[in-house]
Amino acid sequence: MKKDSYGAPILTEKERAHQIKKEATISMIMYAAFFLWWYFTGYGLGSGDPKDYTYIFGLPMWFFLSCIVGYVGFCVATIIVVKKVFKNFSLEESLDDEMEAKAGDQNE
Amino acid sequence: MSKYNITLISVLVIYMAFNFIFGMWVSKKQERLDASEGTGFINNYFIGGRSMGGLVLAMTLIATFTSASSFVGGPGIAYSKGLVWVFLSMIQVPTAFLILSVLGKKFAIIARKTDAVTVTDFLSARYKSPVVVIAASVAMVLFFLAQMMSQFLGGAILFQSVTGLSYIYGLILFGVVVIVYTSFGGFKAVVTTDTIQGIIMVIGGFIIMGTIIHVGGGVDSIVDKLNTVNPSWATPDQGGVTAKPYVMSFWILVGLGVLGLPQTAVRGMGFKDTKSMHNAIIYGTIVVGFLMLIMHLAGVFAPAVLDSSELPTTNGVINTDYVIPNLVLKYMNPVVAGLFIAAPLSAVMSTISSLLILASAAIVKDIYVNYIAPKHKNVQEEIADKPFEKKVRAMSIITTLIVGAIVFIFTINPPSLIVWINLFAFGGLECTFLCPIIFGLYWKRANATGVIVSMMCGIGSFVFMSAKGIMIGGTTPIVLSIGIAIVAFVVGSFIGKADYDKKSLQMFFPE
Repeated sequence: MKKDSYGAPILTEKERAHQIKKEATISMIMYAAFFLWWYFTGYGLGSGDPKDYTYIFGLPMWFFLSCIVGYVGFCVATIIVVKKVFKNFSLEESLDDEMEAKAGDQNE
Repeated sequence: MSKYNITLISVLVIYMAFNFIFGMWVSKKQERLDASEGTGFINNYFIGGRSMGGLVLAMTLIATFTSASSFVGGPGIAYSKGLVWVFLSMIQVPTAFLILSVLGKKFAIIARKTDAVTVTDFLSARYKSPVVVIAASVAMVLFFLAQMMSQFLGGAILFQSVTGLSYIYGLILFGVVVIVYTSFGGFKAVVTTDTIQGIIMVIGGFIIMGTIIHVGGGVDSIVDKLNTVNPSWATPDQGGVTAKPYVMSFWILVGLGVLGLPQTAVRGMGFKDTKSMHNAIIYGTIVVGFLMLIMHLAGVFAPAVLDSSELPTTNGVINTDYVIPNLVLKYMNPVVAGLFIAAPLSAVMSTISSLLILASAAIVKDIYVNYIAPKHKNVQEEIADKPFEKKVRAMSIITTLIVGAIVFIFTINPPSLIVWINLFAFGGLECTFLCPIIFGLYWKRANATGVIVSMMCGIGSFVFMSAKGIMIGGTTPIVLSIGIAIVAFVVGSFIGKADYDKKSLQMFFPE
């Protein structure tokens, strides 16, 4: 595979667009998942009387799950998604540029 | 002046001097690079030659987004409201992730193809409408002026409440520093100082939390104390006082809406390669969540070590802006206090430097180079025109200095118009830019008519509802206004002609 000066593979315009769409879609899914976790642990477990709460490390369970576990969990999910789904590619060049340049050469 | 004050101020002066020297050093280095690489002044001054690595990108994104309110105002509210304010602030955990993964690569590619250095450049290339460009630039300059003024004011008042010196001295200390290094160093100086300032903010978070837990005798004893002082501290709605729809509104204001902030969006045009962006997503997510959690949780714990009778009141209501300054003065030795106060001042400076360089870009690049300067066919020709380049260099530096000076004067003597605009600045920027950016990147049919209708309806409804205090279903005005802006954008785009030649659209949607 051809690489650019930063060592990133050079893709076609179509491949880049496809990859960007895939990354944006999975990001929105993760965003929605974080929202649902935040909402249901927060308002779900926190709706009762504070006297009946379960406490963990001095903090109410709803808070511990929604804010601390939610934060750590989102960081872990981000690392996994970035490593597994996000792809490196050249931002400067695409294979289409080269093909156009070649087509230009042939015309001359 | 007491010995305590002298030590504290000395720490701050040393920190400011460090920022100043570092900012100027970067600008000198940049100047040499400009000369040797020939990449063009505009490209270097306004976007740093697209050379940001992962750490710098993450830190500048966070430092720009995090303002004085995350260090002073926010923890103050958490002091009186309890955990609900931490719960609310955690909505911001995915901010860096959202901005970079949705805007990053698309902006990076398009900016390289069109030589864009500002969000307005992107709007100009996508919509090809002078009305859109001018409306966007004017909105940006006005909202940024107002935001910079309020940031300066926040930092200066904090300085006054900690040192006892008039806030003018504080303003001169950090205001002059930030204006000078931004003017001479441009984007490169902004993002490298942002990185240092971001690190100082993280250290500040550790200092305040460590102090409170130490003084309060551990989390368990703090929690016992909180249960007696403020029994509703542990609930997600402050015992019913802070309603759900109000909290949910922040999913728009500091959630999805941040995609429409030009000061963060522009960072998508400035990174080096995809690897830098990927690293920045990871660092950014970890750091922004840490700062929000630690600062606001510190505010929640504070009543255990700082009684509300120790705070000043206005009309019988305690002024919670003094929670953090009072904690600092009560418990920290002057060196630690100086280090901690450097954190909110860093948040102020990093926000201002980013807004300042963008306001200058809006005037020089978006207006002058686009419409007034002699035309050049492409960037190569522009760079080859040495007298032009020299002129733009002088103009850019002077414009940044002048905008900075205006904000400085406004802060000492705030004009009521600017104070009024500031009330709408954050939400107003989102109403103006969210739809044109997102639809422009992801919807082929989007056009200039849609942008103009959406900007007018969005800002109009936001200002109207905010000024009248209209809350629909308990939500804050931003929610309905963004909704209106989206509907107006879609309707406007269908009314307007899709007057696009295939080739220019091809650049944005290659599939």
